[in-house]
Amino acid sequence: MKWGGVVSFYASEHAMRSERVLQRAGLQARLVPGPREVSPNCGVAVAFDWDDEPRVEQALADARVRYEAIHRFDIDDDGKIV
Amino acid sequence: MGAVNGDVYLDHAATSWPKPPGVLAAIEEYFANAGGNTGRSGHRRSIAASRTVSLARETLADLLAAESPDDLVFTKNATEGLNVAILGLVRDGARVVTTSLEHNSVMRPLRYLEERGRCTVEAVHADGNTGELDLDEWEARLRAAGPCVAVATHASNVTGVVLPVRALGELAAAAGVPFVVDASQTAGHVPLALSELGATAVAMPGHKGLLGPTGTGLLYVAPDAELEPLIRGGTGSQSELETQPDFAPDRYESGTLNGVGIVGLGAAAAYLTEIGIERVHARLTELGRRFRDRLGDLPGIIFYGPADPAESSGILSVNVAGVPCATVARLLDDEWGVATRAGLHCSPAAHRSLGTAPDGTLRLSWGESTTEADIDVATDALRTIVERARAAEPVGTPA
Repeated sequence: MKWGGVVSFYASEHAMRSERVLQRAGLQARLVPGPREVSPNCGVAVAFDWDDEPRVEQALADARVRYEAIHRFDIDDDGKIV
Repeated sequence: MGAVNGDVYLDHAATSWPKPPGVLAAIEEYFANAGGNTGRSGHRRSIAASRTVSLARETLADLLAAESPDDLVFTKNATEGLNVAILGLVRDGARVVTTSLEHNSVMRPLRYLEERGRCTVEAVHADGNTGELDLDEWEARLRAAGPCVAVATHASNVTGVVLPVRALGELAAAAGVPFVVDASQTAGHVPLALSELGATAVAMPGHKGLLGPTGTGLLYVAPDAELEPLIRGGTGSQSELETQPDFAPDRYESGTLNGVGIVGLGAAAAYLTEIGIERVHARLTELGRRFRDRLGDLPGIIFYGPADPAESSGILSVNVAGVPCATVARLLDDEWGVATRAGLHCSPAAHRSLGTAPDGTLRLSWGESTTEADIDVATDALRTIVERARAAEPVGTPA
């Protein structure tokens, strides 16, 4: 699958929690290896559909999950930029 | 070991047994389908481990009403949590105000600092039977000149009596003093909303009332707390930095986590969420009343702790007149298969405060899985021991 957005994190704990938060909010989200272009901080990132970006931001804010940044990237399930 | 005709476990205050069935299932599932190191790698076994540990943290945060899962730090036991809290908060020259009912997991780190001239320790007398302590004295000591840290147990591990930690916490907050709570005997047994306790840090074991495996514990750290970590090292996060992350929980969780224990603890937390800690407490109270009812009319039994088991965390301390508590514990185990704990319970200060040092007491402690039949076996056995002692018969073979 191709994804249009990536959330990067400081800690994998927050990546795991974000995946649950987004999926519970009914959004498609998947843990992917963090693309090198995004952040070296934590090994994993959460990929999502860019059309959902406002809802992603809102869901993470509501759940008060700490994240580093939200990025616009076309990536695949392996976190590779396509 | 003599002939044992029972298997009655009344040592839940040391560690709970048995664990809910979901605990073992979660551990098996973890080894089968996860098993990688949490937060360290991107492969499926590491991700699966991270997911289950993260979910366990969330389940525990919901159960204990922490504001965020980030406020819960995994430790190996309550003692580690108390050491992180005490050593991380007490600055050189501080006064530490505590109670007379503390366990050595509080007293030993405090005495360690005191012996090195780094702090002074002031213990406010707390009644081991009623849990009462002089709140005016507590407040006055907190408000005296100089930096101060307050430490109190939520319940005595000797008598089970619950202390008014909320009132203690309010006075500490009003005085601007960090407040550390030892919830070793109450977590999972007494309803506890971490975010409403007014505490800077709350330490608890995962393996007692929270029903998880040994080797698990939790330290709640309030979001605004200024707490130095006890150890530093790899966290899997900010690997490019040679300095410790400044955010929780990574700041306090260096080194590989006890993933297998934590997922067991998470399963136990899910079980407690389903049955509810309010109901556990009601059940423990009911069982405590049965103990009292069945032993209450027996001359020769001396009770310690609150008369109303609702004010206890599921503990009863007793002595049999004329029989050392260690002998009573051995007889209970040898002849009836009843597991209890005798002695000072790592709490010499509490026993001195209660007037039961140096011999200590026999501690019976139960959990939500304890049955009426268990209590009947234990109380009948105690009755027999009392009757032997009163008849001046040998109560048992010498230890």
